[in-house]
Amino acid sequence: MTTTQVPTPARTAQTPPVKRPKRQREGAAWVFLSPWVLGACLLTLLPMAVSLYLSFTDYDLFNSPNWVGLRNYTQMFTEDPRYWRSVGATLTYVVIAVPLQLGLALVVALALKNMKRGRAFYRSAFYAPSLLGASMSVALVWRALFNEGGTVDNLFGTGGWIFKPGWALVTVALLTVWQFGAPMVIFLAGLQQIPGELYEAAEVDGASGWRQFLSITVPMLSPVIFFNLVLQTIQAFQVFTPAFAVSGGKGGPADSTLFYTLYLYDRGFVASHMGYASAMAWVLLIVIGAVTAVLFRTSRSWVFYASDTEGGVR
Amino acid sequence: MTATATPTPGVRKPVAWRRIALHLGCLAALLVMLYPLAWLLATSLKPANEVIASLDLLPSHLEWSNYRTALDGVNDVSVWRLLTNSLLIAGGAVLGNVLSCSLAAYAFARLRFRFRGPLFAFMIATIMLPHHAVLIPQYIIFNQLGMVNTYWPLILPKFLATEAFFVFLIVQFMRGLPRELEEAARIDGCGPFRSFFLVILPLTRPALITTAIFTFIWTWNDFFTQLIYLFSPDKFTLTLALRSFVDASSTSAFGPMFAMSVIALLPIVLFFLAFQRFLVEGMANSGIKG
Repeated sequence: MTTTQVPTPARTAQTPPVKRPKRQREGAAWVFLSPWVLGACLLTLLPMAVSLYLSFTDYDLFNSPNWVGLRNYTQMFTEDPRYWRSVGATLTYVVIAVPLQLGLALVVALALKNMKRGRAFYRSAFYAPSLLGASMSVALVWRALFNEGGTVDNLFGTGGWIFKPGWALVTVALLTVWQFGAPMVIFLAGLQQIPGELYEAAEVDGASGWRQFLSITVPMLSPVIFFNLVLQTIQAFQVFTPAFAVSGGKGGPADSTLFYTLYLYDRGFVASHMGYASAMAWVLLIVIGAVTAVLFRTSRSWVFYASDTEGGVR
Repeated sequence: MTATATPTPGVRKPVAWRRIALHLGCLAALLVMLYPLAWLLATSLKPANEVIASLDLLPSHLEWSNYRTALDGVNDVSVWRLLTNSLLIAGGAVLGNVLSCSLAAYAFARLRFRFRGPLFAFMIATIMLPHHAVLIPQYIIFNQLGMVNTYWPLILPKFLATEAFFVFLIVQFMRGLPRELEEAARIDGCGPFRSFFLVILPLTRPALITTAIFTFIWTWNDFFTQLIYLFSPDKFTLTLALRSFVDASSTSAFGPMFAMSVIALLPIVLFFLAFQRFLVEGMANSGIKG
C-alpha cells in the first residue's frame, strides 16, 4: 500500500519544498477517507433518504411499502393524542433539565475556578456521574430512590414520584441534572482561558464581584456557554434510557414520561409501524435542526468572540 | 484530599474562612452526588427484608448471596456470558472507532483533496444529527443483510467512522502537531501512509486513548441500539439483562438486581479511576477548541 517516492536530486536543488504530484496525493487522501465516505453514504445519507421515502408509506417490516402520501403526517398531527403528549413531555423535560443542568454546572465551575488545592479532585469526582448516569444500572437506582418507600419518599414524604404524573418527569430530569459534570468540566476549561489581567484591571477600577461576573466572565465565556447549550439541548431531545427504566418502558404514568424517542421506539419496533416512525424521526430531525438554527441565530447577539474584535487572537 | 486550607501569613483571614466554607460546600455537594452510588453498593449487599423496610443505608449484615444469585444470570444465561458479550461489543467498537476515525481525521487535518471544506462541514453537521433519523432504515438494511440478532449492526458502523465526534476530536489534536515532522519524513522518502503510521499516529496517542475510553464507556452504557438489534437471551449484554428486571420490580429480586447493576457498572468505574485524567481533559478540550 505504501507509495514511496524518492525525490529526484535535480529537483530538490532548485525547488525548496518537494511537492509530490497533485493527483497522487489526492488519491492517498481518498484512501484515508474511504471508511468515512462509505459510512457517510451507506449509514447516513442513504438511510436518511430511505426514511424520508418510508415516511410517506405504510411500511410495516413484513409487507412491501405502499405509498400513502402525507397520511402519516396528518395522522400524527391531527389524530394522535399520544403523539402530542410525547411532544409535550419531551419539551417540558428539555426546558426543565437543560437550564438546571447548565446552571449548576456553571455555579460549580465558578466555585472551583480559583481553588488552589483539591480542584483536580473535585473536578474528577463531580464528573464521574456523567459517565455512569447513562447506564441502565443508575437508571434502576433512580427508579428505586424515587419509588414509594424509597429514600426520597422517606426523607421528604413525597410518596412515589415515579407513579405521579408530573413528578415522574421531574425524576428523569433530576437524573440529567445529576450529570452536570461534563458541561462543568467544559465551563471550567473555558474559565481558565480568560486572561487574569481583565479581572485585575476591573479590581483596580473597583468593580464588584457580581459586576466582574456580568461584564467579564459572561461575555468571555459566552462561546462555551453556547457550545454547552447546543450540545445539551440536542442530547436532551434524544433521551431514552432513563425514561425507559423509570417507566418500565411504557412512558407512564399517564404518558407523562412518554418521551419522543420512547414513542418512536414504540411505534416503530413494538407496533411495527415503520412508516409512521420514520415520519416521526424526520419531524424530530427538522425540529432539532430548527432549534439549532434558532440558537445559532440568537447567538449573534449574545455570544462574544474575542477574535472578532482583536484581529484573530486565539 | 484535605478540606482545610492552611492560612498563609500574607492572606487576610476572611479569605481563609471563605475558602473553608467553599470546601465544605463542595464536600456537601459531593455527598449528595455520590449518595445514589453508595446506595447502590449498600443495597446490593442487603438481605431481601431490609431493602425497602429499613431506612438505614448500611445493611445489618452483608448478604453475599445476592451476588451469587446475580452470577447465575437471567434467562439461564450466566453473568459471565453476558459480561463476555458486553466486552465483545465494546472491544469491537473501540477498535473500529480508533482505526476508522484516525484515518479520516488524518485526511481532514493534513491532506489536500477536492471538496475538503464542504465535506468537513458535512462531517461536523453529522455530529448533531439525531441518531433516530437514520435508525429505522439502518435497521431495515441490517435486517435485509440477515444481521439482526448478531453483533454486526453494533460493531460494523464503528469501522466506518460514523461517530463524527471522534473524527473531530482527533482532527483538532492532529492540527496541533508541527507540520515540520511530516515534511522531514517526506524528505526522508515517506509517503503519506508511512508518515501517518510511523510519525503522526504515535504522536496522536493521547487523542486515541481518549477516543478509546469514551467509545468503551458509551458502548457499554448503550441501551437503545442493543434493545432493537438483539433479542435472543444468549446474545444479551449486561444492560439488556438488567432491563429484564425493570418490569419485575418485586422487592425480593431487588438485592440480586442491584448486585448485577454493580457488576455492570464496575468496568466503567475502573476505567474512570484508571483514566480519569484523559477523560476529563478530553471532555474539557472538546469545548474549547471547537
